[in-house]
Formats: sequence, C-alpha cells, structure tokens
Amino acid sequence: MAAPVPTPTMTPTAFVPAGAAAKIDVRQMHFYYGPRRVLDNVTLQIRPHEVTALIGPSGCGKSTFLRSINRMNDIVPGARVEGSICIDGQDIYAPSVDPVDLRRRVGMVFQKSNPFPKSIFENVAYGLRINRLARSREELGGRVESSLKSAALWDEVKDRLHTSALALSGGQQQRLCIARALAVEPDILLMDEPASALDPIATQRIEELVYQLKARYTIVIVTHNMQQAARVSDVTAFFWLGKLIECDRTNKIFTAPSQKLTEDYVTGRFG
Amino acid sequence: MTERSRDLTFRIGTGAVALVVVLIVFAIGVELTRQSLPSIQKFGFSFWRTEIWDPVAGEFGALPFIWGTLYSSVLALLISTPIALGIAVFISELCPAVLRQPLVFLTELLAAIPSIVYGLWGIFVLVPAVRAIETSMPDSLRQLPLFTGPPLGLGMLSAALILSVMVIPFTSSVSREVLRSVPIAQREGAYALGATRFEAIRAALYYARTGIIGAIMLGFGRALGETMAVTMVIGNNPRISTSLFAPQYTMAAVIANEFTEAADQLYLAALVETGLVLFVITLMVNSLSRLLIWSMTRSLAPLQEAAAAPAGGAAA
Ligand SMILES: Nc1ncnc2c1ncn2[C@@H]1O[C@H](COP(=O)(O)OP(=O)(O)O)[C@@H](O)[C@H]1O
Ligand SMILES: [Mg+2]
Repeated sequence: MAAPVPTPTMTPTAFVPAGAAAKIDVRQMHFYYGPRRVLDNVTLQIRPHEVTALIGPSGCGKSTFLRSINRMNDIVPGARVEGSICIDGQDIYAPSVDPVDLRRRVGMVFQKSNPFPKSIFENVAYGLRINRLARSREELGGRVESSLKSAALWDEVKDRLHTSALALSGGQQQRLCIARALAVEPDILLMDEPASALDPIATQRIEELVYQLKARYTIVIVTHNMQQAARVSDVTAFFWLGKLIECDRTNKIFTAPSQKLTEDYVTGRFG
Repeated sequence: MTERSRDLTFRIGTGAVALVVVLIVFAIGVELTRQSLPSIQKFGFSFWRTEIWDPVAGEFGALPFIWGTLYSSVLALLISTPIALGIAVFISELCPAVLRQPLVFLTELLAAIPSIVYGLWGIFVLVPAVRAIETSMPDSLRQLPLFTGPPLGLGMLSAALILSVMVIPFTSSVSREVLRSVPIAQREGAYALGATRFEAIRAALYYARTGIIGAIMLGFGRALGETMAVTMVIGNNPRISTSLFAPQYTMAAVIANEFTEAADQLYLAALVETGLVLFVITLMVNSLSRLLIWSMTRSLAPLQEAAAAPAGGAAA
C-alpha cells in the first residue's frame, strides 16, 4: 500500500490518515454523471469504528460520495467512477465484486425515511429474508428483535410489531430504517442526512444512536448541520464544489482548520 | 372580475360539469329500470337466477348471459394479467430508454383498434387456430369438464383470448403509470439491503399493489362490457357450461344480437333488464377499481408528509 497521499491538511501533530489500517480507502476518485464531473480527485481514508461526518454546501457532492461507497450510484444511468475505493483493502469497483453483496456489507440510511409499506417486523425482516440470513423462524424473530434494540426502537414497538410501519412517527420510521439496515449485519453504515427531516427531539435520539453504534460499526454521516457534525463525529471532511477541501479530527476542523475556506464555512460566513 | 370571483366561477363551473356526469349515469340507471319494468314485474329476482331464455314462450332468465359474461371476463383476466404486468414491468423497469417510447406507443395502439376489427381477426385467424388446438387435444383431456364438447373453435376459449388481447393495453398502461409513481426511495431502500434487480422490482410491485389491482379491475370492467368482438367468436348459445370449448353467450352479445328482433314488449323489457344487470355489475367493478387506484395514489402523500413534518415530542 502506498504512503498516504499528502494533502494540505497534513500537519505534524494533527490528524494522521489511517493509511493501510483504513476501513474505507478512497484514492484519487473522480465521479461523473454523464459528462459532468461532480467529484474531483477525492482522496480520503476512513478508520474503523469512527464516525466520519461529511459537511459542505448543498450540491457539493456529499451524497454522491456517500453513494459511491455502496455503489448505489450504479443504478443511476450514466454515472461513472474513476480512481479507487477500497474497503478492507479490496477494490469495490473491481469486476469480481458483486454490488449486491457489497450493499449487504455496507448499510445505508436515507435522508427521507423510506420504510416499506409492510409491518414493522417485515420491514426489519426484509433484508434477512432476501439474503437468506435466518435459518429458522426463531432466528428471524431474534434477529429482528436485536436489530430493533440496537436501533433503540424496541421498547416503543415491541407490542405492535405486526402493525404497519407507516403508522410510526417520522423519527421512529427513521430508526426503523436504521434497524432494517443493521439487521443484515453490515460493518459500515452510511447515513445521508438522516435527521434533516426530523424535529429536534427525534434528531437528538438519532444522534445518540449514532454515538452508541460507532462501537460496532464504521459510520459515515452526511450532515447539513454543523452542530450535528461537531456533536457526533470523530473526523470531519469538508467538501466544496466537488473537491475535498479538508479532512481532520472534528475538534480541529471546528476550532483550528488549516484552510481558510473551511474556516469560513464552519463559522457560517457562507453556505 | 376579481381573482376571487373568477376562482369561484371556475369552481362552480367544474362542479356543475362533474354533477352533470353523475346525473347522466343516474339518468341511465333510471331509464333502464323504467324500460325494463314489465320484465322486472313479471320475473322479479328470478330473472337473475333462471336459465331459460325462450322468447317464443315468453320466459326470460339472464343467468346464462351473466355466467357467460363473468366467465369470459374472468378467463380473460387470468390470461391477460401476467402478460400485461410483464409488459408494464419490462417497459418501466427493464427496457433500454430508446425502446421505451416505441413500446408504449405499440401497446397503446392495441387499444385503438376498433372492436369489430378484432372480431374479424378473431373469426379468420383466432377461431381456426383454437379449433386446431381443440381437435389436437388428447381424448384423455377431453374428458375433463373444462374441455368437453365438439371442437368448434367458436366458443368460450376464443372469446376469452380475444378479450385478453383487448384488455392488455389497459391493464399494462395503468400498471405502468402506477409503477412509475413508486418513489425511487423504495427501490433504493431495497437495493441498499442487498436486493437484486429482480427483488427491487418485486418491492416496487408490492408497493404499487393496490394500484395494480385497480388496473386489473379496470381491465375486468372493460372485458365485461365488450360486445362486438365477443359476439363474433363466442358462439352465441345461451347454455351454461364450464367447458372452454362450448359456445356460450354474454349479456352484451345478446342485447346486440336480439334487440332488433324483439317484437313484443316483454321480450324488449327482458333485454333492457339484461342491460341493467350489466350496467350495475360494470358500475360496481369500475367504482371499486377507481377507488383502489385512488387510495393507492393517496396513500403516498401521508407517508411523505409524515417524514417531513416535525412529529410531536411524545411521538418522536
Ligand atoms: N442522478 C443525478 N444525475 C445527474 N446529476 C446529479 C444526480 N444526482 C446529483 N447530481 C448533481 O451532482 C451534484 C452533487 O450532488 P449531491 O451529491 O447530491 O450533493 P449534496 O449531497 O452535497 O447536496 C449536484 O450538482 C447535483 O445536481
Ligand atoms: Mg445530499
């Protein structure tokens, strides 16, 4: 493995990119929608069991970046990736990698909660069923329960598992989507502004959940909200116009960023 | 005119048009009832249950026609639904973008062919083909109640086949629209959990299920009322049979065939009452299917609002 690519953020005492120990290792990545380039030469290492926040103004490519990690962009016609993205040292865009397997290992939670119009139980069981991950009815039930517990939703829904998921509140629906993603036992969890449609209390619950989950998962979270990034993340990456401007420990990004642009953004001078 | 009064005029105007439509439907029902009074008074409810249709003796029962209409339509539904859904899924999910418009156009074209042309095609192409199938069927199978009777070609099977062809464009285009209304987030949700393309399509179909049932029922409503093509191939024999080969009769066909011959008042009234029965059944099927499609498109809205609207503290 090559030495970490030097970036302007490298200062001797600060953040040292994970290098070979990285869970997700993105190198010189460009992304195109048809002819249009929306990500330009992004190099970024993400360490296991940390929360990495992606911040930046709307349209700067955060979602696109996130969606290239589980190859969700494969279903967008004309989308194309250059460079490499490795997870545990394996290039996920290599021809031998099946995106269906990859997506099971890299879970995703969307900006708008999108439960299936089924019961709460069936929502969580869905991924287990399609991936044939439970051998018996008991095992299925057990894994649904433990996923709902991990997503801090079990106590609220345990008495109505077989009622429609659509009757849940927005915040509960989003936690259900997290439970659904956790059920298939990914080791990476991608979250695209998971709380942007929620009220402050529901948002706080999601943030607490992110904090609890990082012991077991590597989490990449896109957020529009600077305070949220500061609260939940260990590392923050700042994107601007398709470029990764700076990536560093979160407290450094918010207190002493090395780039002027980052400072302007986190202090709210633009965006 | 002020903005407000223009708005009001518009609302009254559109409201009046909508009311007229409802009134027309109502008026048709009333008029059909009025014209069939002699028959209603003479036979009462037994009209729905009697198998005898004997204009000479003045005995009329609509059961063979009700049976023929429902049987042919249900068969048509069984044949057309998988094909129509296959077309809808192929066009909306699988086919390359350049093929999409031409395919939509072609299926829509099927709906534009006049019914009499289908009938002619049925007589010259379909009926001989069905007859060939019937004669080549092994005797052991011919013992089954489904396949008894002489191999005429004209009969229930031909009618069901021609009906399915006529119904496919309706079912497939409505299903296609319903599938298109499934939010991309649903498919992505499935993909994100490790779904294959096939499984993601299944998830979309499941999401759209009410609308698709509505689309199927819409096709059913259309099959119920189809007259010309069916009349030309069904064999026009008012005898109830489970056999696909047996010539049978439908409500629409008997009205079309016998209306000009109906000399006496009771005969005429019996035919009109047959029309009334058809009217009632079709109206019910159509309202139900509209209701389903409507509930489908409506059920999307609360879901999105629920996600966007801040939920109360207790519910959060
Ligand atoms: N499916 C798509 N097809 C074409 N362009 C897209 C698509 N999705 C996003 N884009 C464009 O790519 C850029 C980055 O979008 P996105 O990654 O969604 O940004 P962010 O999440 O930071 O707001 C935007 O300019 C957007 O218009
Ligand atoms: Mg985004």
